[in-house]
Amino acid sequence: MKLKLAALAAAAVMAAAPAMADLIVPNLSYRTGPYGANGTQYADGFNDYFTLLNERDGGIGGEKIQVPECETAYNTEKGVECYEATKEGALVFNPLSTGITYQLIPKVSVDKKVLYTPGYGRTSAKDGKVFEWVFNAPANYWDGASVAIKYLLDQNGGSLEGKKIALVYHNSAYGKEPIRTLQELAKKHGFTLTEIPVEAPGQEQKSQWLQIRRDKPDYVLMWGWGVMNQVAIQEAANIRFPMENFIGIWWAGSEIDVLPAGAGANGYKALTFNGVGMDYPLYADLKTHVLDTGKASQGGQHVGSAVYSRGMYAAVVIAEAIRKAQELAGTSAITPEQLREGFEQLDITPERLTEIGLPDFGPEIKLTCANHGGSGMARIQQWDAAAKKWNLITEFTAPDAEVLDPLVAEDAAAYAKESGLTERSCD
Amino acid sequence: MFYREAGDFKTSYRDDGQSFPIKLDRYGYYAILAVAAVVVPFAINDYWANAVLLPFLIYAIAAIGLNILVGYAGQVSLGTGGFMAVGAYAVYKLMTSFPEISIVIHILLAGGITALVGIAFGLPSLRIKGFYLAVATLAAQFFLVWLFNKVPWFYNYSASGQINAPERTVLGWAVTGPAATPSAKYLICLAFVVLLAWVARNLTRGMVGRKWMAIRDMDIAAEIIGVNPLTAKLTAFGVSSFFIGVAGALLFAVYLGAAEVTEAFGINKSFLILFMVIIGGLGSIFGSFAGAAFLVLLPVLLKNLLVGGLGWPTNLAAHIELMIVGALIIFFLIVEPHGLARLWQLVKEKLRLWPFPH
Repeated sequence: MKLKLAALAAAAVMAAAPAMADLIVPNLSYRTGPYGANGTQYADGFNDYFTLLNERDGGIGGEKIQVPECETAYNTEKGVECYEATKEGALVFNPLSTGITYQLIPKVSVDKKVLYTPGYGRTSAKDGKVFEWVFNAPANYWDGASVAIKYLLDQNGGSLEGKKIALVYHNSAYGKEPIRTLQELAKKHGFTLTEIPVEAPGQEQKSQWLQIRRDKPDYVLMWGWGVMNQVAIQEAANIRFPMENFIGIWWAGSEIDVLPAGAGANGYKALTFNGVGMDYPLYADLKTHVLDTGKASQGGQHVGSAVYSRGMYAAVVIAEAIRKAQELAGTSAITPEQLREGFEQLDITPERLTEIGLPDFGPEIKLTCANHGGSGMARIQQWDAAAKKWNLITEFTAPDAEVLDPLVAEDAAAYAKESGLTERSCD
Repeated sequence: MFYREAGDFKTSYRDDGQSFPIKLDRYGYYAILAVAAVVVPFAINDYWANAVLLPFLIYAIAAIGLNILVGYAGQVSLGTGGFMAVGAYAVYKLMTSFPEISIVIHILLAGGITALVGIAFGLPSLRIKGFYLAVATLAAQFFLVWLFNKVPWFYNYSASGQINAPERTVLGWAVTGPAATPSAKYLICLAFVVLLAWVARNLTRGMVGRKWMAIRDMDIAAEIIGVNPLTAKLTAFGVSSFFIGVAGALLFAVYLGAAEVTEAFGINKSFLILFMVIIGGLGSIFGSFAGAAFLVLLPVLLKNLLVGGLGWPTNLAAHIELMIVGALIIFFLIVEPHGLARLWQLVKEKLRLWPFPH
């Protein structure tokens, strides 16, 4: 029985081996499980942009791109299995899970694959001297925390002295990421920080919001994902917490998070590092080449949503890095090592974004050997419940490098020490 | 005809009492061991190690551990995930605090620490039974996970609460950390599985195991014939937790390399391992292996078949996979409530008589 299973499994694995193509960019997605509603939109955006490049331009530099998909269900064990199943010939991984990212960081440096984690994952991966194979441009969680506090400073005439800020967070690696930064910022700006953990998946938050109702913080920040966001926004509406004082991280800023609360969610704010809505010329191309030809991932049901746009943006950055790598290497069939070079010299200017058809969609991204995280700029979006759309209410704002840089260096050094790495030189 | 015991004479009690009294079984066992130890390490690649064999071996240890408690001693436990977390965090603290000591010793010590924790949480079993005990162990599950998430000392104050396994070697081969080769990881797990399965097999057919089974079958009767329920129940909790702790340590250090307690050792893990034990067969070492194989290999197999073989969309395949696994669990429980081990036993009995059944 065991033997038979093994034989069957062997046959299945043989059949599953991917056909060798030119450029392979696996999509470790999750369309099932408690975070499936968000993950599926991201995966669609990621797939569709590469489909567009294949259909419209014949790939990148004449090389078609293959995007084999593997379902992780946001589960680290399945994530490892997916990574192993798809890594043959793959260039870059984007697992959209902080937990899976932590799992893969040591592995990619041995297997020599690029790990691109835009807006999630390990913040200190920004330090390219320690994390040679990991990139997290354009922004990371600490950038997000800092930009949110900067926005609040702006709102309060430059001082948060004596204010109370509560952080409602997913009690996991992801949700805990911003705490250290916020504690530093609290010291610097003199506000008090209350940390309020929510156990995954976050369906039950009555006691947390009761605490908020009692403590009456001036502002609430939220690091949530999946169903936790919807519940939190609904609970905030229930206790009549002023929505304009409630700011979520970019992963707590999609349509499905606010729609269930209806009008109650009006005014809710979230960070974002990419543009929202469909007023970009790229969508016309997307419609002609992908949607109208029926090649859209899952029929294109999520096109234009906030999370879809972010998935598409991740694909844009990867595609630009591939282009850069091809240019540097002088060949179109690049290796992961060459792609790494491409990422390190990546320079996405506002002009280039306009050329792509996404003017002002993201911040300028300029990476170097030492800086794998870019400028960390982000902006704030606000939900208009009547029009059912997000509006951008600030320009791209830079985070507080004075606080963040030492923290990044410290955490990267701790990682280097723990895993016995020596910093490479970047001169 | 192929499977018979005719001519297989035993001339001593020792021969008669061995683990595999039938010659064919014994040779089969040796053959499997030889293939597993000599052939597989050369044939193995990253995918086979990380997606199939490592989880199978590690979950087999956990399933044996839980089977000792549930199957042999009759004490229901839903705390397996929590006890695995104890093993994982113990090995992490030991690895980072005493890097010069061998990882093998650390893994065994982690098992020992888990055994102590298991005995502590097993104390209520002296007063409560059945469903009530299940609820008490469920409390252990939630408490332990909460503890490892809450107290930063356990994760060395890392920013995100994740623990990462640094590189450690055995005889010069890296077995943890990213540089470990698939065969090194596989062999260390195989060594633990063989050793622990051998210990479990011999414990369960000796005096200790008989005491456990006496307690399982009727605790009052067992007490009357002189079995001390205190020692029997607590040794069951201790030994079981030792196995589960070793499995947790291997899961974190060798297989995953990084872990987060709520995600890797949540209540789902407790249920998964309980399902393995129930589907495999309560009170059977072979059943623990069969159950682990069923629940680890089948999803991977189905996924490869549906997505890789038939080219289905991944989300559809993931949902269908859950449905198929669920349906098969129910099917097996209806057709053979005593699990895969009992099925295997029936097959063997039929084969013995074949081709002349009566």
